[in-house]
Order: sequence, then C-alpha cells, then structure tokens
Amino acid sequence: MTCRRKWIQISIIAAIMLVLPFFFPSGYYYRVGALVFVNALSVVGLVILVGYAGQISLGHAGFAGIGAYACALAPTHLGLHPAVAILLGALISAALALLIGRPILRLKGYYLGVATLGFGILVSMVLSNERALTGGPDGMSVPDLGLRSLLRDMGWRISGGEFWYGLNAVVLLIGIWIALNLYQSATGRAMRALHGSEVAAQTVGIDVPRIKLQAFVISAVYASVAGSLLALQNGFITPEVAGFMHSVEMVTMAVLGGVGSVLGATLGAAILTLLPQVLTVFAEYEQLVLGLIMVLVMIFLPRGLLPSIVAKLRGRGE
Amino acid sequence: MKLTTALTTLMALGLATGAGAEIRLGASLSASGGAAFLGDPEAKTLEMLVEEVNAAGGINGEEIVLTLYDDGGDPNKARTFATRLVEDDEVVAIIGGTTTGTTMSVLSVAEDEGIPFISLAGAIQIIDPVRDYVFKTPHTDRMACEKIFTDMQTRGISKIGMIAGTDGFGASMEAQCKDVAGDHGIEILVAETYAPQDADMTPQLTKIKATEGVQAVLNPGFGQGPAIVTRNYAQIGLDLPLYQSHGVASDGFIELTGVEAAEGVRLPGTALLIADILEDGDAQKPVVMAYKTAYEAKYGEAVSTFGGYAHDAFRLMVDAIARAGSDDPDEIRDALEETRDLVGTTGIYSFSADDHLGLNLSAFRMLEIRDGAWTSID
Repeated sequence: MTCRRKWIQISIIAAIMLVLPFFFPSGYYYRVGALVFVNALSVVGLVILVGYAGQISLGHAGFAGIGAYACALAPTHLGLHPAVAILLGALISAALALLIGRPILRLKGYYLGVATLGFGILVSMVLSNERALTGGPDGMSVPDLGLRSLLRDMGWRISGGEFWYGLNAVVLLIGIWIALNLYQSATGRAMRALHGSEVAAQTVGIDVPRIKLQAFVISAVYASVAGSLLALQNGFITPEVAGFMHSVEMVTMAVLGGVGSVLGATLGAAILTLLPQVLTVFAEYEQLVLGLIMVLVMIFLPRGLLPSIVAKLRGRGE
Repeated sequence: MKLTTALTTLMALGLATGAGAEIRLGASLSASGGAAFLGDPEAKTLEMLVEEVNAAGGINGEEIVLTLYDDGGDPNKARTFATRLVEDDEVVAIIGGTTTGTTMSVLSVAEDEGIPFISLAGAIQIIDPVRDYVFKTPHTDRMACEKIFTDMQTRGISKIGMIAGTDGFGASMEAQCKDVAGDHGIEILVAETYAPQDADMTPQLTKIKATEGVQAVLNPGFGQGPAIVTRNYAQIGLDLPLYQSHGVASDGFIELTGVEAAEGVRLPGTALLIADILEDGDAQKPVVMAYKTAYEAKYGEAVSTFGGYAHDAFRLMVDAIARAGSDDPDEIRDALEETRDLVGTTGIYSFSADDHLGLNLSAFRMLEIRDGAWTSID
C-alpha cells in the first residue's frame, strides 16, 4: 500500500462522514452514526491485533470497560476532568495489557482465546461486584465532557447527537490514520510477518514476543478510548460494556468486514451497529438474521466483506 | 427507514391507523435478553392496553399510537431508541426502562428533551433526587425492607440474621435493609451471602443457626436462590420465622420450595398476587381483577407483578393526557405530577412536586404462605 493509497482511503471515509448528515431526516441518525464510529474505533484496534499480528482476543471488552469506568470514576473520586480521565483509562489499559500480555501471548490458538476471555470476564466481574465503587450491575452515571457547553459559550449551539457525531468521527479518523501508518511501518511489517509464520519471522530476527505485546497494547488502548467515548456520550455506564457479549460483538464486526482491512473493519462495525436499528420490526428474528449473515459471509466471503469484494472486482487480482 | 417506522407503528398497533388525530406514545422495554422475564409481560401488557383504550374510543376521541422497541436490556440500545422515539417517531411521552441500567440511559434523553417518562425499574436513584420529567411505578427495595421490619416489630422481633444473594437485586436490597434497620430498632447480628448460581446454602444457614440471639431470618434475593434457602432452612430444622423479599412474590416460588418448606414464610407483595383473595371492599380489587382477567384471557399465562408495573404506568399516562386535554409534553408532565389517588395494581398513586414515586408502605401487603397458598395478614 502506497502513501497515496492511504490518503485516498482516509479521504473517502472523511467524505462519507461529511456528506451523510445531509441525508439525515432527524437528529436520531447522528446518534446512530456516533455509535457506529465508537464501535469502529475499537474494531480498528482489534484489526491491528487479529488482522496484522494474527493473535486472537475474546476479552477486549475488558479494556473498553476500564476506559468507560475511568471516565465515570476518576471525575467523581479523584476530581479529574473527564478528558484527562480518557487518558488515564488508556494508560491503565496499556499498563494492564503490558502486564498480562507477556504471559498470555505465549499461548497460541484456542488457549490464547480462552486466556483473554478469562481476563474480560474478570474485569466485568470486578465491575459488577465492587458495588461501593462502581454501583454494581445497576451501573453509574458519567459526568459531562463539558466540551459542548464550551462550544455553546463560543456561540456555536449544536445538539448532543451532532456533537458526538463530529467528535467521534475525528477520533475515528485519527485512529484509522494511525492504524494505516502502522501497517506500512517496520513494526507493522514485523506483525504481518509473524502472522504469516512465527518461525519464519523469528529466523529473520524479529523479536516475536515483543511485537505481539506491542500489538496487544495498542489494540487495548483503542478499545479503552472507545469505551471512554461510549461512556461519555451515554452519560451512564453499566458493567455490560465489559461483558463477554461485547467482546464477541467486536470480533464479529472485525471478521464480518474483513479482519485484515481497516476499512473493512469500519464497514463491519457500521453494518452490525445499524442492523439492529433497521431490524426493530423483526426484533424477534434479529439474532436469527445476524447469525445467518455471519454464516453466509464465512462460507462465501471467508476473508470478510470488503477484501473479498475488492478481490472479486479486480478479477482475483492481488 | 421511514417505512420501517411506519411498519413498527402498524405492528405495535395490530391495525391500520387512519389519518385522524392521534397521540404518540413510545416505549423501550427489554422484551428479550437477560431481563426478558420482566420486559416480556411489560410489552404484552402495553400492547393489550393500547388496543383496549383505542377500542373504547381512545383518549378524548384521539387514538393512541404506540411505538415499542426492544432494547434487549442493553443501556446503549435503550439510549439510541429513546433518541429515536423523541426525534424520529416524535412521541409525546415514554414508558419503559425495564431495568435500572436502561432507565438511567433513557432518563437523560427524557430530561434533555423535556419528554415525560415513567420508568418500570426498581432503584431509588431514578426518582431521588427528583427530576422534572421522570416518574416511576415500582416501589423501592427500601420500602420492602421497611415493610418487613415493621412486621417484625409487631411480632416483637429485634435481633435478626440476614442471608442475601450477591446479584443486583439481592445486594441492593441488602444494603437498603442494613441502612433502615436501625430506624426500626432491628439489629442484624449476622449477615451471610450466596452467589446467584449456588445450589446449596446449608453452610451459611448453619452459621446463622449457631449465632446466639437470632430471632428471625431475612433473605433479600431473586430467582432460584431464595427457593434453595427456604428448602435448606427446613432441612436443617431452623425453627425461626423466615422473611423473603418481594422479588420472589409469585406462585413459581412455592412450586420450587414445596408446600412444606414454604409453610409460614412471610414476604411483602402487591395486591395483584392475591387478587383472588382480596376482600370485596378493597379499592384495588376491581383494577387488579380487570387486568388479571384480560391478560390471562389474551395471553394464556399468569399475570406477573412486572406486567402490573407497565399497567400502572400506562394508566397513569392515559389519565394525565386525558386531564391535560392536550398532547403537549409539558402539559402532560404537569398533569402527571398532579395525579391523586389513581388506583393501580401495585398500589394507589399520588404524585407531588417532591415525590415522583407516589406510593407509600400501604402499597405492600404482608403475605404469609399457608398450605401452599398466599394469605394476607395485614
């Protein structure tokens, strides 16, 4: 991928983000858009871990939970500004990923999946059982970011939906830009090399445990920031954000869109966030439809939606 | 998307609506997911009542159009649906929030947009502090504790043991009970806990049995836990009065424990549970019987306290809209706050500027299980 292609990809996404609001019939669509962007951000992080480095994680919602609760707890207990709390959450997530990543990433395949799964469940258990601190399963409220009222003071009145649509779009673009840059960097090449063959990567002098750890920590930070943004835009958070289902949802989004492709992951996040909204009429069959889509994609488009379609368009090129 | 909305409305109604004047109500309930046993009867109740009111000519001649979404117990989805209800479906009032989590996320939308909202969840934080547009129908854990402690006082009990589930319901009620025990001169000598999936509570109960001076045992909990506690309680021959919470107030509880073990267990419940044995003069009897008969005839399953919460929320809303004589959200809100003595299945509601729950302890009936059936001992 050349440098020009990277900018083309980013411009396409930015253009879509800018044009879409002109077709929104009501403010509710901004809200859905903001949700799509948040989910896409955590999935882009997962692409770095799963798509680039070939490591699986079924516990990434744990990091989202840490990011989310950092924004709920730090302002109330430590008196920090929510914006600082996002950074604090990201730092804690990174530190934790570093700490558990070293032993966990020695595992391969299913074992790695189960170990990360355990981590995610631990986080969500702590969040639901430490009632005194986190409010337990009933959740707790999250203070306002304060940016919107700042804009209002400057004479720029926008609704909550519009604000979060804009902010999350910018953060997602930055996230995509970093991920695409990483893809081309030496570290990114090393990640892809060990994805292809760990032994081969080792023989050409790649520090495999170190590179794996880097991918794990980076993707943890993505999930944490996404969790923080989610908490702040909802103004309320429950331990479900760290739950197993949320982890599975993230992996599903990545796999559906194309786990090796940043744009594909964004597409996957968009589809799986929008589907439940479109399917409200068939609420009872929602799970059925989702499952069917997953099975069909796995059978007919095993590399995920976007990469498979691009390959087809190019006549089996690449 | 427009088509989707139109379809939803049609489905929710079960009939095609004309172009005449209509009142748009919205609901976001957890009809699927972990809280489905709460949300499902709530959704069914709302659909049934909307049909009923429309068949009888609507509110002041205007038809009710209900848009109902299933948030699956996910606070995220609930918030998105609440935004959708307000901005896309243009509803004038919202009922819902099956769980405290979903309620809290719908609540901020309702407050921001100035839309009256009646929640069906239990936690006290929903209405304390009082928020302008937020009301709720279920009584709080705290009230259940007070009701139980009042009953203990009349029996001369002052020293108790407590065994609570660590699930959301059990833990929350345990904390509230500890908080109000002092006000009723009750001393908690020993407090044990169990996890929701535990299959045997004998060790905890044995410890309570061995504690000197315990006069009664209280078990805040939900689901199968309290049934196991009750069975173990009988097995180890603990011969003290046992109090359960309103969380197990259903016939299913007696089926799980067996008639013998359940004998003499007391718990606070609503009038709906003992509809058949309510005295004829009881103010709640006609309301409770009407709802019970209609629901059981339509769906072929027993009514639950939770569907009753939705019933009460809907009645409160309809009453307020009728009195306001308009579908302006602010006027509905004002009318809601002026509600006096509206008889529901859960209790008799009177809202005021600083009370958006509107129930008092009389809403709870102290029940005792005798020979496998509920008896009121108030």
